[in-house]
Amino acid sequence: MNSVDPTIFLILLQDGIVNGAIYALLALSLVLVFAVTRVVLIPQGEFVAYGALTYATLGAGRVPGSVFLLCALGIAACGYGFWAERRTLDLSATLRLLGETILLPAAVLVLTLWLAPQRAGIAVEAFLALLIVAPMAPYLYRIAFQPMAEASVLVLLIAAVGVHLAMVGLGLVFFGPEGSRGDAFSGATYTLGALTVPGQALWIVGATLLIMAALALFFGLTLRGKALRATAVNRLGARLVGIPTAQSGRLAFALAGCIGALSGVLIAPLTTVYYDSGFLIGLKGFVAAIVGGLVSYPAALVAALAVGIGESFSSFYASAFKEVIVFGAIVPVLLARSLLAAPEAEEE
Amino acid sequence: MRARRLLWLPALALFLCVPFLPGLPLFWVNLLDTIGIASIVALGLVVLTGVAGMTSFGQASFMGFGAYASALLTQAGFSPWLGLPAAIIASLAAALVIGAAAVRLSGHYLALATIAWSVSLFYLFGNLDLTGRYDGINGLPALDLFGIGLGDSRRFFVLVWICVALAMLGTRNLLDSRVGRSVRALRGGAVAASSFGVHTTWARMLAFLYAAMLAGLAGWLYANFQRAVNPTPFGLNASIEYLLMAVIGGAAHIPGALLGAAVVTILNDRLQSLLPLLLGAQGSFETIVFGALLVLMLQIAPEGLWPRLVRLRPARRVIGHAPELPRRAMPQRGDAVLDVRDLRKNFGGLVAVNDVSFRLSAGEIVGLIGPNGAGKSTTFNLLTGIDHASAGHVAFRGARLRATAPAIARAGIARSFQHVRLVAAMPVIENVAIGAHLRGRAGAVAALLRLDRAEEARLFAEAARQLARVGLAEHADRPAASLALGQQRIVEIARALCLDPVLLLLDEPAAGLRHAEKQALAALFGWW
Repeated sequence: MNSVDPTIFLILLQDGIVNGAIYALLALSLVLVFAVTRVVLIPQGEFVAYGALTYATLGAGRVPGSVFLLCALGIAACGYGFWAERRTLDLSATLRLLGETILLPAAVLVLTLWLAPQRAGIAVEAFLALLIVAPMAPYLYRIAFQPMAEASVLVLLIAAVGVHLAMVGLGLVFFGPEGSRGDAFSGATYTLGALTVPGQALWIVGATLLIMAALALFFGLTLRGKALRATAVNRLGARLVGIPTAQSGRLAFALAGCIGALSGVLIAPLTTVYYDSGFLIGLKGFVAAIVGGLVSYPAALVAALAVGIGESFSSFYASAFKEVIVFGAIVPVLLARSLLAAPEAEEE
Repeated sequence: MRARRLLWLPALALFLCVPFLPGLPLFWVNLLDTIGIASIVALGLVVLTGVAGMTSFGQASFMGFGAYASALLTQAGFSPWLGLPAAIIASLAAALVIGAAAVRLSGHYLALATIAWSVSLFYLFGNLDLTGRYDGINGLPALDLFGIGLGDSRRFFVLVWICVALAMLGTRNLLDSRVGRSVRALRGGAVAASSFGVHTTWARMLAFLYAAMLAGLAGWLYANFQRAVNPTPFGLNASIEYLLMAVIGGAAHIPGALLGAAVVTILNDRLQSLLPLLLGAQGSFETIVFGALLVLMLQIAPEGLWPRLVRLRPARRVIGHAPELPRRAMPQRGDAVLDVRDLRKNFGGLVAVNDVSFRLSAGEIVGLIGPNGAGKSTTFNLLTGIDHASAGHVAFRGARLRATAPAIARAGIARSFQHVRLVAAMPVIENVAIGAHLRGRAGAVAALLRLDRAEEARLFAEAARQLARVGLAEHADRPAASLALGQQRIVEIARALCLDPVLLLLDEPAAGLRHAEKQALAALFGWW
């Protein structure tokens, strides 16, 4: 191995931290979703890819196909919702369901058709991309997971893989096989000694910190956040004290969708994203989340940074085997977790 | 009876003639070849996922090990037939290495690990010069048998479907055996099985190896069918498709693998030609339908299509006369059997068992009594190796007792459980036969080749004898879960008796029993 040039070292470190920040965001949302719903959210990467590609398409002044997918999912979620709640539906619940699943996507569709051709600016486009992609997550929860919310973790995981498979295929339909890049939030670069820091990198790290702070406040101070935490600790107990657990699940998915889409918008300017790029990105978030056993936020954060930095160094020294190294590393981690876990629990 | 069992042979012979029917398009022959190969992989998943409860998203990578091993050997000039043992050895070796870590993983961690290695191995195959990078290895020579070329897919059909038949037969044999019962006990009955001497980690490993071996066989067939290999058919998406086959067909049923493989392969072919036309673009859009189908199946029919098509009736097991199993040397009445001194168990700061000491002699019935939470069940768990004591000594027949559940069972301590632990879907008689696990020796190879029949007959004769002794002989063929709770407790006692125990530990045997059942239980004790 060649000796490490300090400049290269710093550049790799910087790359690693920026990637690690994204993985950290994804890991956070994966831990959140798993804790609340027990779903291992394999399709999280697709929200990233959808977010990036939607943002890039808007940036090119075109209407992204994902907005139509949003409408279709909304309609399907509406159907599922009516079926699931057919015995308990009253007027206000009906109106809420219609608003959530029909009115919202319709409004987003109108907004997109109006704003997309006129290049409304980066901030508006980023926000619009979030509006298009994020609500898909709670709709998917209604359609795929809510009907079997009580199934085992394993069955939910297989279902999550199914959702991932379908979303990659739909991504190909709506975005095509070509990759895209989005516009940077900031074209500025800052020089820090031997290091050149692009403005986008600062945006990413800043946004990550901001979201973490917001999540911490949400969980610590608001009733909704506390309800989510209660659901995570004990679903049945939460329901007994009047917390609607299905709603908690949708909220967790909505947060995950927001974080996923935002991560996509943030990385779109840094790398070319393809319809199927999300899976590998999401999986790295997973590696981090699993280090914390899918329950610990701080462990996931530290692990995410380690994954990012490890990835950036292995891509420098053995670029072809980057993925082999990153995913190979997960097996010993899983093994350690399994051995640490209480062995007496009988699986079913 | 025997003649009816062999009916599948002429059926197979007839089926093997299908590709030579005049007028059958080559297209369908190719499709049937593909179905056959896929069903072998799916069959492995039936054992691994459906029966043993370990979900794998990595079967295609084991197929890859088999296919690449065979292709490399053929490329180096060896006979493609030599590729078969090479493929099986390669996939087994890979499974042994990966499995050493994987079988210790529980539930969803295992599934996630399979995703990780699936992705990792895909990039490994695609980046090594040895495996020809993403282009793979092409232009392999065709298999031939005594001068008859098997390169033609009609003739290859015969080879594929003989392999399918053998794989199905082997799988049935394996599951219906002593080791097969220990694999089937993994879902929901692992703790109990280990209390009767089953090494559950080894049982998991066995299922893992067997599934990998079938995948390796399928990989060998694939490499010789396509006469080329590349990383794509061994990637994660392929693995997901195999799991989809198992889920659609019915993951717990052997014919389900065949059904699932047929449905998914045909659907795949139709969708690949239809969807690009419909959407006006090229691409693998069939994943949309497959993904949605997978979710839908789990929502509406998680047990798969096979049990819906065929009404499954519990088979009647014929118990013949067989020589009795040898019995262990029992202590003389009054000999010291168990000597427990200062047994202690701390759960964190909670002392669940606080310095318990007692002695037991042969021929004694001793009751361990105390209020709820006194630590009775924990004491039992310590004595049977399910929990490990924090401190204290346990001597059994004068020797220090080893701490693992199988070793304790081997020494002659059998138990029942406070919360009934039977394999719910398994017939009562087979649940009882698990108790006799340590009194048989036949391993997986003997089971596959059906060399274990004489021993099996003796094990089942013993199980039937003990079941009759507790008065439940007429329920032998019913699934354990269909019995009343009180009867299930009695089944647990029959299972414990099958161990030929020196010491029987019954954890609240009368809890939840009705008056008549309690009397029957007391009568049972009275016999001893």
